[in-house]
Amino acid sequence: MSAPEKQPLRGGGLMRLRGLVRKEFLQIVRDPSSIAIAFVMPIFLLVLFGYGVSLDADHVPVALVAEAPSADTADFFASLESSHYFAPLHARTLAAAEQALREGQVHAIVRLRADFAEQLRWPDGAPIQVIVNGVDANTARLTQGYVEGAWGNWLARHAESQGQTLATPVELQQRVWFNSELRSRDYLVPGLVAIIMTLIGTLLTALVMAREWERGTLEALLVTPASMSEVLLGKIIAYFVLGTGGMLLTVGLAVGLFDVPLRGSFWLLWACASLFLLAALGMGLAISAVARNQFVAGQVAIIGTFLPAFLLSGFIFDIDSMPAVVQGITHVIVARYFVSIVQTLFLAGDVWSVVLPNALALLLMAAIFLGVTWRKSRKRLE
Amino acid sequence: MDDAPILEAVDLAKAFAAGGRHTQALDGVSFTIRPGAVTGLIGPDGAGKTTLMRLAAGLLVPDAGRIRALGLDSTRESLAVQAALGYMPQRFGLYEDLSVQENLDLYADLQSVPKTARAERYGELMHMTGLGPFTRRLAGRLSGGMKQKLGLACTLVRAPRLLLLDEPTVGVDPVSRRELWAIVDRLVRDEGMSVLLSTAYLDEAERCQAVILLDQGRILDQGPPATISARMGGRTWAVSVTGKRPRDLQAGLSGQPGVVDALVQGDHVRLVTQAGSDPAQLARLPALQDARIDAVPPRFEDGFIDLLRARSSAAAPVHGTSLVDGRAQRAGEGDAPVIQVEGLRRRFGKFWAVDGVSFAVRRGEIFGLLGANGAGKSTTFRMLCGLLPASAGTLQVAGLDLRHAASTARGRIGYMSQKFSLYGNLSVAQNLDFFASAYGLAGQTREQRRDWALAEFELAPYAGQLSADLSLGYKQRLAMACALMHQPEILFLDEPTSGVDPLARREFWQRINALARAGVTVLVTTHFMEEAEYCDRLAIMAAGRILAMDEPAAIKAGARSPKHPEPSMEDAFIRLVEAADAAQEAA
Repeated sequence: MSAPEKQPLRGGGLMRLRGLVRKEFLQIVRDPSSIAIAFVMPIFLLVLFGYGVSLDADHVPVALVAEAPSADTADFFASLESSHYFAPLHARTLAAAEQALREGQVHAIVRLRADFAEQLRWPDGAPIQVIVNGVDANTARLTQGYVEGAWGNWLARHAESQGQTLATPVELQQRVWFNSELRSRDYLVPGLVAIIMTLIGTLLTALVMAREWERGTLEALLVTPASMSEVLLGKIIAYFVLGTGGMLLTVGLAVGLFDVPLRGSFWLLWACASLFLLAALGMGLAISAVARNQFVAGQVAIIGTFLPAFLLSGFIFDIDSMPAVVQGITHVIVARYFVSIVQTLFLAGDVWSVVLPNALALLLMAAIFLGVTWRKSRKRLE
Repeated sequence: MDDAPILEAVDLAKAFAAGGRHTQALDGVSFTIRPGAVTGLIGPDGAGKTTLMRLAAGLLVPDAGRIRALGLDSTRESLAVQAALGYMPQRFGLYEDLSVQENLDLYADLQSVPKTARAERYGELMHMTGLGPFTRRLAGRLSGGMKQKLGLACTLVRAPRLLLLDEPTVGVDPVSRRELWAIVDRLVRDEGMSVLLSTAYLDEAERCQAVILLDQGRILDQGPPATISARMGGRTWAVSVTGKRPRDLQAGLSGQPGVVDALVQGDHVRLVTQAGSDPAQLARLPALQDARIDAVPPRFEDGFIDLLRARSSAAAPVHGTSLVDGRAQRAGEGDAPVIQVEGLRRRFGKFWAVDGVSFAVRRGEIFGLLGANGAGKSTTFRMLCGLLPASAGTLQVAGLDLRHAASTARGRIGYMSQKFSLYGNLSVAQNLDFFASAYGLAGQTREQRRDWALAEFELAPYAGQLSADLSLGYKQRLAMACALMHQPEILFLDEPTSGVDPLARREFWQRINALARAGVTVLVTTHFMEEAEYCDRLAIMAAGRILAMDEPAAIKAGARSPKHPEPSMEDAFIRLVEAADAAQEAA
């Protein structure tokens, strides 16, 4: 064996970095929990939000009560039955319908009074009664709107068939932009990119770093010539690649499987996602610089980043309809800026006035979190 | 240049504060280590060994004083120091999900070993550690001894001038321990490396060229181990009385005036007397009537005990008369075995952790299970306590079949686990109360038992203190007290003494002996070879099987050979393991 000689003390940074990055990848490949978070979770979330969760009301069960059945009532009911918004249930009496509403079998009652046919002949038209179960306010409001719409349509058709035009003082011409079919899936699935990248960038990174503390491997790394920045850079590179993979998987499935349109530029999306990923990685590493065991790191990552990304980013709940205080809080949630970028890029296109300020915010956040990590992680054990 | 100190500390101090607690890990430590030697850093857990290692490697910043390694300031020039020295932390620093080769490659990259030089260096390291056939195996699947050698190989990918090894031999089997020492000796001899090695095993001190004795953050003594044991010259004896059990003899000797240490060693008691005490006086001690007294050469441990005793004058002897009441002494059951195990097996996945173990333990016997980590000791224990079902075989504890009456049997067993299972955020008294109530004690009985435990284990001054704040030795006492609250007739002790200092260990064994004298059956696992000597009988375990089962003296006698006329327990252990390996290869 060669005698120990005087060695050059530093240098070989590239070799060290390559060694560290390769180590991270080997660990990712061998650790089933990394694979689960990076690839299984995204697919699970996509399927859940793509197929399972919907903010639209569809096939709403409604009870129909005609106190004096006639051709007109039958015609109106038929129009409801043909709509996919409703799943009608015929009730003989109002009392029976109310019972069904109380038992939760139907969400609404449409009642046509005994004088329906009579009233219809008068110019003022016939009133109908709609009773809605208001417990779920969102569905209630939607159901109410759908019934009103269906009623308006039927009246117009009815008048036409009588050779009259319906006298309406103002006619509302509706146009829906960006998501013309009003599919909530088109709105939810792009936001998922932000959620999934938070999972990979923050949760996974915080966990793997805490694991190195726990298992004592970091202590061994720290006594090698590798500097703390090289150790951190190795992690950033590996999880940046993994996060980009998660992003591509999500975008691919969104466009390919769920037919969500991508109207903006893919490369712009890529660039913004990279900025967001840097911020998410920064958060994960900053957490692990403080929380040195996996349990605490996981808790902090979920409560501090994943849940806010879910609830306060505008991914599901519109930020503008939140109370002012909560709106203020959303400004420190990194995912908020990225959610608004993805939703714009997917549904509206390259709207620079939205993308640029949000991208700048992402850049700032990434710089802050990575800066904090840099300062916090000295090459010491205390 | 050659004689310049390779590691030098001056008035080093370091304290840690966590959760309002202040621990002075190191307090005014100064030493100088010359190059080209193995220096042992010796001391019990919590002495400050790891803190000292980390300070030397520049991983911690001292509160006061300074430390220089290889002529560089460890604190201010930490990157340069780290590039020049090798450091193996306590848990070896291996990535368990990387293979042996991948771990080596990683550390070679980090140490900037040129690609061209690697093949040769790897070859040398694999040859030295014997890991050659396992390069593709994941590090997590290696045995404890192999992990330790891989950890060492990783720190050696670029031969450092100074090698720091933090407790490299803890929990490793004696064979691997011996191999590691051979490697270390070779590095020093052939490569001129300097090694600082910390250990809690006192017998390892004698292999070092110099030692630093550390206790509670202070240096007790330093110098060549021979000078420390030489001080004990003329003060060490082997005594025995025909017809008297060594354990009873030891009980009569501990705490007597003039006696520093009395230790059961197979069929005799090893006695250390105070400086200046007259050997003739010794014979007059009542316990030594008609005794045979022979002078024996001093050991390093004797010197260490003497130093510790001089520092802490407390160490009152344990008489243990009140440790047990009549319940466990129920006579009339004769010599029928209290624990009977037949063909016990336990499988985890494809792996047989315990593979056909049979033994029987009589009432009042101290039975030891000796083996390295992973030999199957703890698994056997958990099955005996009814905590883990057996895959095959029969188990009878206190006359009850554990398959059918596990909870009844458990009421008659006391169990002290490796990690002590105390509630850190409960006070000492609350822990005692909790364990008493868990065993169904209530009201006055519970109060009586609590008072008994506080008095017997000298815990009364700490009754209100959180158990997390106790020192390791006191935690051990409390854990034993908790296991004895319900006056069990059988006591299971799983590695009860790992990490505690030698004085606490002696005191602990005095309590065990007292319990056994009172009729309690004691089963104890250990990886300390010397502790095996304190047992009435012991079983040596390796890879889930019992290699030998007998009285300690008989086991040692079985290993007698021309080369080792007086084999130690470790010699006997290694012989047995080697014989078992040879038999397996032949089969």
